[in-house]
Amino acid sequence: MLLRVTDLHKSFPGPDGPLPILRGIDLEMRAGETLALTGESGSGKSTLLHLVGGLDLPDSGTVALDGTDIGALDDAGRARLRRDQVGVVFQQFNLIPSLTVASNISFQARLGGTEDPVWTEALAHRMGLADQLAKYPEQLSGGQQQRVAIARTLAAKPRLILADEPTGNLDEATADRVLALMLELAAETDAGLLMVTHSQRLAARMGRELHLRAGRIA
Amino acid sequence: MTRAGLQALLSHWRRNPLQLFTLVVGLSLATALWSGVQAVNAEARASYDAAAETLGEGRYAQITAPGGVIPQDRYIALRRAGWRVSPVLEGRLDGVRVVGFDPLTAPNGFGPVDLSDNALTLDVLLNGVLFGTAEALNRLGAPDVARVVSAQVAPSMVLTDVGTAQELLQADGQLSRLIVLPEQPIRQRALAEVAPDLTLRAPQTGGDVAQLTDSFHLNLTAFGLLSFAVGIFIVHGAIGLAFEQRRPVIRTLRALGFPLRRLIALIAAELLVISLLAGTIGVGLGYVVAAALLPDVAATLDGLYGASISGTLQLRPDWWLSGLAIAVGGTALAATSSLWQLAQMPLLASARPRAWAMQSGARRLWQAGAAAGLLGLAVALSLVGGSLLLGFAMLAALLIGAALALPVILDRVLAFGAARARSVMAEWFWADTRQQLPGLSLALMALLLAMAANVGVSTMVSSFRLTFTGFLDQRLASELYVYADDAEQAAALAAYLAPRVDQVLPIQSVDQQVAGLPAEIHGPAAHETYRAHWLFLQEAPDAWPRIEAGQGAAINEQLARRGGLSIGDEITVADRRLPVLGIYGDYGNPIGQVLVTATLFAELFPAVRAERFGLRMEAGDVSALAEDLRDDFGLAEDNMIDQAQLKAFSLEVFDRTFTVTAALNVLTLAVAGFAILMSLLTLATMRLPQLAPVWAQGLTRARLGRIEILRAVLLALLTAVLALPLGLALAWTLLAVVNVEAFGWRLPMFLFPLDYARLTVFAVLAAVLAALWPARKLSRTRPSELLKVFSNER
Repeated sequence: MLLRVTDLHKSFPGPDGPLPILRGIDLEMRAGETLALTGESGSGKSTLLHLVGGLDLPDSGTVALDGTDIGALDDAGRARLRRDQVGVVFQQFNLIPSLTVASNISFQARLGGTEDPVWTEALAHRMGLADQLAKYPEQLSGGQQQRVAIARTLAAKPRLILADEPTGNLDEATADRVLALMLELAAETDAGLLMVTHSQRLAARMGRELHLRAGRIA
Repeated sequence: MTRAGLQALLSHWRRNPLQLFTLVVGLSLATALWSGVQAVNAEARASYDAAAETLGEGRYAQITAPGGVIPQDRYIALRRAGWRVSPVLEGRLDGVRVVGFDPLTAPNGFGPVDLSDNALTLDVLLNGVLFGTAEALNRLGAPDVARVVSAQVAPSMVLTDVGTAQELLQADGQLSRLIVLPEQPIRQRALAEVAPDLTLRAPQTGGDVAQLTDSFHLNLTAFGLLSFAVGIFIVHGAIGLAFEQRRPVIRTLRALGFPLRRLIALIAAELLVISLLAGTIGVGLGYVVAAALLPDVAATLDGLYGASISGTLQLRPDWWLSGLAIAVGGTALAATSSLWQLAQMPLLASARPRAWAMQSGARRLWQAGAAAGLLGLAVALSLVGGSLLLGFAMLAALLIGAALALPVILDRVLAFGAARARSVMAEWFWADTRQQLPGLSLALMALLLAMAANVGVSTMVSSFRLTFTGFLDQRLASELYVYADDAEQAAALAAYLAPRVDQVLPIQSVDQQVAGLPAEIHGPAAHETYRAHWLFLQEAPDAWPRIEAGQGAAINEQLARRGGLSIGDEITVADRRLPVLGIYGDYGNPIGQVLVTATLFAELFPAVRAERFGLRMEAGDVSALAEDLRDDFGLAEDNMIDQAQLKAFSLEVFDRTFTVTAALNVLTLAVAGFAILMSLLTLATMRLPQLAPVWAQGLTRARLGRIEILRAVLLALLTAVLALPLGLALAWTLLAVVNVEAFGWRLPMFLFPLDYARLTVFAVLAAVLAALWPARKLSRTRPSELLKVFSNER
């Protein structure tokens, strides 16, 4: 099993005490599987994604990636996990503004020591970024920036791709193209894809859909 | 409407208290350093003014005697010959300068009070009243003389009538000088006829205390200004950031119909209140700084120039008002560009704050051009030279030009580093550091200026000290110096000492005008001591043999520079024309000096007899001889100074001179450290969106924190590397331009690599300390804070 989430709880401090966000989530994903996570704002979709990616720690419950309990890892262990096994695509792109497009794409792969220049170059071509490699993120359009963010994630060939509204800032046509590419490339690398989305249209293109409501799977 | 607008604007400071703190502290520190220095200067100048008012020093021509003492009968003879002169007797008693004058013949305005008051004049004449500050009068142990406390009399000085002064100083029938009144009868006998042994000195224009000390105060003012500039960098940064962050509020206010003019007025009023608050704190801190510095400044001026200044500080209204004015002016200066941008900003300009840290290429180009222009101007001024003002203008152009050039140079260096980076971390590190540069550049400029000032001043002081120590070793060659009380004792002493020491070197001098300038004429005996120790900066062939043969004279550098004299030029000493055969360094002497051999001196000034002697002898025998002189001759302790004592005293005076500049150096560096800390703290909050993706991709927060420290070290090191040549250029300007114009001599420049290495370590430590807090904050940032960066609902 690529991912196993068991009885996951998470709350955040609120004005009247802890505010529960996740109230006992269980889910499993196999390698190569694609899963859409839908739900209303505040239902806990992004929080679940962050916990699965080792970006935050749960109050209770476990997240196991390839059998490794993320909660048992220290800060450095979780950082290594993010570097080597997980790739995250954010809605806000979150590229590194001081690096060129080429450096941004290869950044995570080089961090993890898994860079494959041939694969990186192929990715850039397939994402339509071959002419943009020397530019800086601020010189690109929103769609181009998101493609760079996806290329960055896929260049490291992660076991699990986490995408938080990756097309939320894009128009419909561009969003469709970007998702198609993600699905195609995830399938090629046999990576699992867990995507948070508000769009039922996009969710329908994923292998499976989970709907979150008030911190629980509906 | 105004209230609502103000509420919206002020809410920014509530949400960003650190920024408000930075602004207030930066401005307070800048004002404190500036007003502290100004307070010291104002206090010193007030003391000089009191002295000048009291004594009319420098305003009148004077008649003096070569040996310093004018017999009273000469005064009477001159009065009878039609000379309108007034007698003055000066001496020291209990560490107080006692000045006796004649209230009836003294020129108007001479004295502590209005002497047209007849009753008071009579009182002075009949009862011998002492005038002085309470402190000076208390120190004076003289009995049975009435005392009047007068704030008009200079510190450490007491004024009285000449008869009382003669009594107090046990100088019956003696006078020190005669003041020549401006209006003289048309017919009067020539001075040479009535009193051929006396010399007439024109009113001094270049040698009075105020002018001598002007350069010292100018140095202090320059340092105050430099510190203020460093502080204003902080203020400019804080104001600029506040404007950037308030752009959305400003746009919204304008979109809702708030008039632009009122908006600008509100922001200007807000800044005025902040600057007055910070100015008040700064003036208070400045008072503390001044109170701490004043004793050393007083000691320096007394030791170096013989100028007494009050050791206590007064709160003068013009001083604290000018402190507040400079705080408001500095804020206005720092806010001008932001206010201008606000006035020009289109209503529909982006509501998002621009990336504050980003800087356009056009602006960088403009900055590079301005830097090149100013540095070119500095070079041009160094070639033109010619006045103290130009020297300081050159310093200003050099420092501002270098500060503007710093971000441009650092950007190029970082781009070079990025181009050569191999690992991904190195590549990101260089590129990210380059991106942070505009946000840190003001703080780095402040560090550059502070470090350059440190390098420059420490090079100047250490060069000065090295030269001065060598100079003292040369000049104070005699093992013991003996002073006789009068000519009779001098003759007896010479005979007593001759068989007991290797050589008795008489020291004799007279004061005379040479080349139109006040100068001392010295007549040392021809001896190996002088040949070996008085090293010439420039000399004619066979200079010493010719001087010893009475064929010419040597002059000090001050006289050569001020009189425009060089080797081979002729000077007139007591009506004898003598060629200049040598020019020697004479560090610390405010006036000119001429050296002729003793034989020639005796010919030119037959009335003068040496009353001081330098004794060449075994150093080990000095104490025994001093003991003998006390026992056999009754010579007082004050009449004997051994070489070591004299050197120690001279070095003590020297070291005190630069205590103040050292203190200002440390304060300036501290302010620069504060600027870095505040910039890093401000950037730390703005940098989360840049750092969060790197963290998300697998770098720990601790590692990111360590990288932040490394970045601060790198930038401090690069700045230090650039500060070194700038500091050396500053030192060169101080030594070769400012010093020459201010004091009349040029000092050789030495390099002190160990000092520079130590300073670099301090600067890096300051940067590490400044980076520690933000780095620690970053390494402890909760993941939830970092995750907010990725939040869709952000």
